[in-house]
Amino acid sequence: MISVGLGHYLTVAAILFTLGLLGIFLNRKNVIVILMSIELMLLAVNINMVAFSAHMNDLTGQIFAMFVLTVAAAEAAIGLAILVVYHRNRGSIEVEDINMMKG
Amino acid sequence: MILQTLAFYLFACIAVASGVMVIAARNPVHSVLFLILAFFNSAGLFVLMGAEFLAMLLVVVYVGAVAVLFLFVVMMLDIDFIRLREGFMRYLPVGAMIGLVLLAELAVVIGGYFMAPEFGGPDGAMPGPTVGAITNTEAIGRLIYTDYVYIFQAAGLVLLVAMVGAIVLTARRRTGVKRQRAADQNARRPEDSVEIVKIPTGSGV
Repeated sequence: MISVGLGHYLTVAAILFTLGLLGIFLNRKNVIVILMSIELMLLAVNINMVAFSAHMNDLTGQIFAMFVLTVAAAEAAIGLAILVVYHRNRGSIEVEDINMMKG
Repeated sequence: MILQTLAFYLFACIAVASGVMVIAARNPVHSVLFLILAFFNSAGLFVLMGAEFLAMLLVVVYVGAVAVLFLFVVMMLDIDFIRLREGFMRYLPVGAMIGLVLLAELAVVIGGYFMAPEFGGPDGAMPGPTVGAITNTEAIGRLIYTDYVYIFQAAGLVLLVAMVGAIVLTARRRTGVKRQRAADQNARRPEDSVEIVKIPTGSGV
């Protein structure tokens, strides 16, 4: 059991994904940390994709991971832009304050 | 093989530990720095799996762009981070419970994958980096420019839309600021701005 197999990588990805979810719950007020937790979850998904891709000798998983990376980068850019605009208008980034649309 | 195993455990432990620190750090700047560390170690994991191109992409895109973006925003906004930490302990029980449930479910899924090898379960060690004639980068390039060329272009469009959206959201016109307008300057003609007044000799203006 000295060799590293698929299960090891899947375990790391599962732990990272759970940490991301936990971060969303623990930092309920701080949008920046919530965005970082989402990045962490997407990273875990990427690790899963690449692990299965390497295990099955199929490059499609790596290409899909690349597209996940693209979407994650776009999401971070837009999210932070919204955050900056929100902070400029309201002077705070607390999640509890974001209720202008009565959602 | 032993070196590979050691490297895996090193990268995995540092990645998980920095993941914990991302969500537990008091200062969001520290959170961002630990996020960078997590990305670096995940890139190491990718290299171990033989996905060198994605590893480098992770370093360039995440560490070079996304994390720096986070860092800029955290440092630019003047936020009282102590007040944002309130409720951390209040949400800890329910968060830990949901996290444990999710982890147990993932463990069941991964365990089931190993218990039932007839569904294409794993057999032995991961194939490491290929030492064949074609590199990982070249193989990915051959794939994305042939089979996935439309999706590749669509990804570029997504990035373009994100860039335009971010600029539109954050760009603002300040009122009350004097600024140079080159178009107006170029459009100005002598006949618009210079008035020639003929004054007869001996009379005032």
